Amino acid sequence: MIQVVLPGHLRTLAKIEGDVFLEVPGQPTERSLLDALEARYPALRGAIRDHVTQKRRPFIRFFACQRDLSHQPPDAPLPEAVATGAEPFLVVAAIAGG
Amino acid sequence: MSGVRVLVGTRKGAFVLESDGKRKQWNILGPHFAGWEIYHLKGSPADPNRLYASQSNSWSGQQIQRSNDGGGTWEPAGNKFVYDGVPGTHQWYDGTPHPWEFKRVWHVEPSLTDPDTVWAGVEDAALFRTTDGGQNWQELPGLRGHGTGSFWQPGAGGLCLHTILLDPTDPGRIYIAISAAGAFRSDDGGHTWRPINRGLKSQYIPDPEAEIGHCVHHIAMHPARPSVLFMQKHWDVMRSDDSGEAWREVSGNLPTDFGFAIDVHAHEPDTVYVVPIQSDSEHFPPEGKLRVYRSRTGGGDWEPLTNGLPQAHCYVNVLRDAMAVDSLEDCGVYFGTTGGQVYASADAGDSWSAIARDLPAVLSVEVQTLP
Repeated sequence: MIQVVLPGHLRTLAKIEGDVFLEVPGQPTERSLLDALEARYPALRGAIRDHVTQKRRPFIRFFACQRDLSHQPPDAPLPEAVATGAEPFLVVAAIAGG
Repeated sequence: MSGVRVLVGTRKGAFVLESDGKRKQWNILGPHFAGWEIYHLKGSPADPNRLYASQSNSWSGQQIQRSNDGGGTWEPAGNKFVYDGVPGTHQWYDGTPHPWEFKRVWHVEPSLTDPDTVWAGVEDAALFRTTDGGQNWQELPGLRGHGTGSFWQPGAGGLCLHTILLDPTDPGRIYIAISAAGAFRSDDGGHTWRPINRGLKSQYIPDPEAEIGHCVHHIAMHPARPSVLFMQKHWDVMRSDDSGEAWREVSGNLPTDFGFAIDVHAHEPDTVYVVPIQSDSEHFPPEGKLRVYRSRTGGGDWEPLTNGLPQAHCYVNVLRDAMAVDSLEDCGVYFGTTGGQVYASADAGDSWSAIARDLPAVLSVEVQTLP
């Protein structure tokens, strides 16, 4: 099970209470993980990545294992520690508030 | 007893203000969607408990929220706004071609007859519609594609379609306005469009009387006389008596004819309200006095309404979608400010009081008159 940590505004949007754990078949990637996340919480579609291009929205970042994975190819395997559930996958709202 | 529900969109959430028909005591609910920009929310005329809200922020873009209980609870609806076909280009600020890019929904306009049908005006300017309660949105491409779209240029606030007026006597007739392209009309339910800007004069474009390029800020109509339109332009208050075929200036004795908001009395089609703003750079009331101006003659002659409004050191703005009226016997008038106040008048503007005072900057105000 992969743990996904979401920023407050997305937890509110999707009405998420508690931690998010997802089962992702095969070798998990950013794309397959976000596919699973959006399947469980459809309100997140378009809020993390663009509906059409599927590119990460500019002010959203992906962190894990003290690394910035935002610029990794979406089909690259996630770190082993994320895949095994030892480390969470963090969806981060960049400094863009106001 | 009848009541009133005021729907307020702000920079940091939505608020619902409720009162009975006396409009003396107000209950403030919210913030809904705290932290998000709520450009606009509006109720369905066909089902007053059905509300739609446009919610956005810079992190996660556009969301549409829907309520089935008058704003008590909300559910996310569809938020996929994709331009029809190859989007093409409009003009950028420097005059170069710029690809159409969806940014946000400025205005939601529920159908007059069907709670599941809603029109949405978006930036970059286009008109979308849902017929399934907001789950799916389709562009009506005839607007951008009618021939002038590639020449549209954004105003300071972006290339936004901010005004949608549905003619209650003709289901096919729709008016929209775009900053800074102008006003447009469809007579076939939004499939085909043409500019309706004859008579507008704008000194900030090379040809002041060009067919397009005018920065229309807002248009208002009285439902009983939908062929008469009132417009607050970037400068000038205008009137058309023939469904937008021609416009004439009715700024008259206003202290300045710059402004954003304009609306019409619920029962008097020739009673019009505006909030004059100093200038295009000074977005605050002249002399620091917040004054609504009312014309009882369909424009031209205007009287200041000041009773209950701050008359010193007031430097707020009133944005284009931030004024509305109720339809109680004594028409109520409402407007919100960028200072977070919502002012209401239960006597057609003769006197005012703040029904909310310290909200985030107000982006929009809509009113529902409840049975």
